[in-house]
Amino acid sequence: MKKFVIKRLLLSIVILFFVSMIIYCIMRAMPTSFVEQKAMQLSQKPGAKSYQEWIDQLNAAYGLDVGIVPGYFKWLAKAIRFDFGDSWYFNMPVLEKFSSVIWYSFALGLASFILEIVIAIPLGVVAARKQYSAVDYSVVVFALIGISLPSFFFATILKYIFSVKLGIFDLYGIVGRDFMNLSTAGKIFDMAYHMVLPVITLTIVSVGYLMRYTRTNMLEVLSADYIRTARAKGLSEKRVVNYHAFRNILIPIVTLLGSSLPGLFGGALITETLFQIPGIGYTSYQCIIQGDIPFVMFYMLFFAVLILLGNLIADILYAVVDPRVRVN
Amino acid sequence: MADVRNIEKEEELALDDANRVQVLSPGMMVAKRFFRNKLAIAGLVIIVCMFLFAFLGGVIIPYSQSQVFYTTEEMKKDYAGATLITDYQVFAADGVELPSDIGAKLILALTKKQDVVETRDGSQFSLTQLDDNSFEIKEVGGAETLAVAAKLQVTPVDSSKKLSGTFNVNLIKALATDETMFAADDERFTVDEKGNGAIVTAADGSEVAYISGYSMNAVESGVTLSVDFREAIVEAINSGSSEFTFAGEDGEEEYQVSNKNGQYVITKYKSTSVINQFESPSAKHLVGTDGNGMDLLARLMYGGRISLLIGFVVVAIELILGIIVGGTAGFFGGWVDNLLMRFVDVIYCIPTMPLYLIIGSIMDFYKIDAGIRIFYLCIIMGVIGWVSLARIVRGQILSLREQEFMTACEACGISIRRRIFKHLIPNVIPQLVVFASMGVGEVILAESTLSYLGLGVKYPAASWGNIINAVTDSYVMTNYWFVWIPAGFLILLTVLAFNFIGDGLRDAFDPKMKR
Repeated sequence: MKKFVIKRLLLSIVILFFVSMIIYCIMRAMPTSFVEQKAMQLSQKPGAKSYQEWIDQLNAAYGLDVGIVPGYFKWLAKAIRFDFGDSWYFNMPVLEKFSSVIWYSFALGLASFILEIVIAIPLGVVAARKQYSAVDYSVVVFALIGISLPSFFFATILKYIFSVKLGIFDLYGIVGRDFMNLSTAGKIFDMAYHMVLPVITLTIVSVGYLMRYTRTNMLEVLSADYIRTARAKGLSEKRVVNYHAFRNILIPIVTLLGSSLPGLFGGALITETLFQIPGIGYTSYQCIIQGDIPFVMFYMLFFAVLILLGNLIADILYAVVDPRVRVN
Repeated sequence: MADVRNIEKEEELALDDANRVQVLSPGMMVAKRFFRNKLAIAGLVIIVCMFLFAFLGGVIIPYSQSQVFYTTEEMKKDYAGATLITDYQVFAADGVELPSDIGAKLILALTKKQDVVETRDGSQFSLTQLDDNSFEIKEVGGAETLAVAAKLQVTPVDSSKKLSGTFNVNLIKALATDETMFAADDERFTVDEKGNGAIVTAADGSEVAYISGYSMNAVESGVTLSVDFREAIVEAINSGSSEFTFAGEDGEEEYQVSNKNGQYVITKYKSTSVINQFESPSAKHLVGTDGNGMDLLARLMYGGRISLLIGFVVVAIELILGIIVGGTAGFFGGWVDNLLMRFVDVIYCIPTMPLYLIIGSIMDFYKIDAGIRIFYLCIIMGVIGWVSLARIVRGQILSLREQEFMTACEACGISIRRRIFKHLIPNVIPQLVVFASMGVGEVILAESTLSYLGLGVKYPAASWGNIINAVTDSYVMTNYWFVWIPAGFLILLTVLAFNFIGDGLRDAFDPKMKR
């Protein structure tokens, strides 16, 4: 087990190296870079140096005066020591910006994660118990609608109904107009209030996968021999489903949930941008549009780490939860 | 009739009849199970409808996706301007050149109540008052009238003719001395009071000029204001009314008068051709028009073509790459498998949405043509999206490889290529078909999200995503629901239908399924 984890971690490092290299090359190919825009701005000021002079100076200052390959290794040498440089767009250290925005994303992700579990697992179990019934069909259709809904469209409908027509929520932002005058509890409540629509959007859009997963696994378990045995013993249907069957579907579900835990930190790029929640998703969206290389590099790498971590957790959990599986 | 029924009955009863035992091939079993699935059928119907809507609809509809519609709108437009003349206007006689600053110096002299005007170049002129509002300018000591100054405007009735300087001078002199007749340029003219101004008539009875205390000009060049119209304006200004009607060449028309800091503006409602923006659904435009005045139904149809096309092309690219890489890795195993799968891992770890955004803004910078951009988009999405399929194919082939029929293949000496593509890949087809049908939905979703963010398909090409892009303007979102709701539902329906089909196929391929 230990050997397996160490091997996977070493492999992850190699993968991260290549991922960061690819992203760095693409970012450098982005000509609408922040530096050029800034140089243009600065050179248009009265009495300023020419554009070329500014761009040379800024390129040297931002470390873009070297070629792509040396530039990448320069970045890498610093990144190994957890020095990701300063964000150009926000004009502050990348890690500082990251730590100031990540908790919004985490709160958003956690709230919708909990809601998903609460909605998806019971509905999935109920649907599987009564396969081909009206309940089953409606659960399947609901799950598939959730999967098929474009998040931007659903968010717009929510905004149209709840913000424009009913006026209950604000259209954008994480805080209300009089946020500064509120007490600490009021501030927290205000932020939670602004998170309602984003959480609903995220939950509906992603609840379908878990629901369908639960249903499929439950169907499989219910057709297993030991369930027939349990029924033959004369156990009540309630006990069969809630005790014998449910425990067994926990194996795949816990694995799935465990592997999606790192994803809670990943942020929801589209949803956060739509509601302008200043989480990691919206922040990096702004940075991508502005061509802010240090922040985007960090974000992409962070995301890649989350994906690798998720896979690793899935493998480990699979072995931990199910004693039949042995990692070799 | 009865005979036929009898024969049928006999056939039914014949127990050992070969027709009685229905033999179904595995493929037919799958099809049977698939067609029993209500949701899958619903999905199939929706997809067929979508194809008809997008591909046939685009042919039937009389409009193209980028045809801009115009509409005429009654718009208040400035027609003429009128100002009460408060400064003395200098009318010079023919052949007289006055210094350019005579006007300013004249006002100076009048306020100082001097009767001599001295200009900057040192020349001096004497001023003689004719009446309350007009002065005569002569050379000091001279008798000849060089010019007159009055708070009046003299406009020729026939705008093509210019009035001579002498005419003006003699006219104003006549007005000031209350004479009704005067001579100029060897002709005799009569001056008559008319309304608030005066009209000059030539000896043959034709009207020559109009004199008014208001300076009036038409806003558009080439339009002359008739004497009667000028009269009507002055009438309206004097009576303080804000609108008046005037019967011109085009019949009776309504005009509005507004006062802007002493300047009167005469406006008129005029029909103007404007882009038919955000027109509500009507018989001509069934879904209305968008912000560029284009027919939304046509755009939805053409957008559907692009969205569906992108979905299918991207999935085709994914399938080709996924099968080749996954198949090779699974079949050969060992270091080939290791190398290819690590490559897959690397691509799998790149976050897709941010990557699409980056590439989208790179394409924005190079201002890639909207049509070519769609192809780039397909290639990029295909090249990034194939990795999960490669994993599926590899996993499946790894397990198939160990089975007896593959050993038999090897023993028969069948070539490697044939073994992979003839014996292994067909066994993966169930997974491929399910992946493909769900993949198309996913790709359409990703494409629409990108287009919504303005980084996918670009105007003037239409896609369902970039039609919804209009809601980034909150005003459009709140006031013109018909712009974004239909496109959103089309995306939802299409993706949903592909998922229904995918789900139905998966169930149909599953041999454990009871029905």
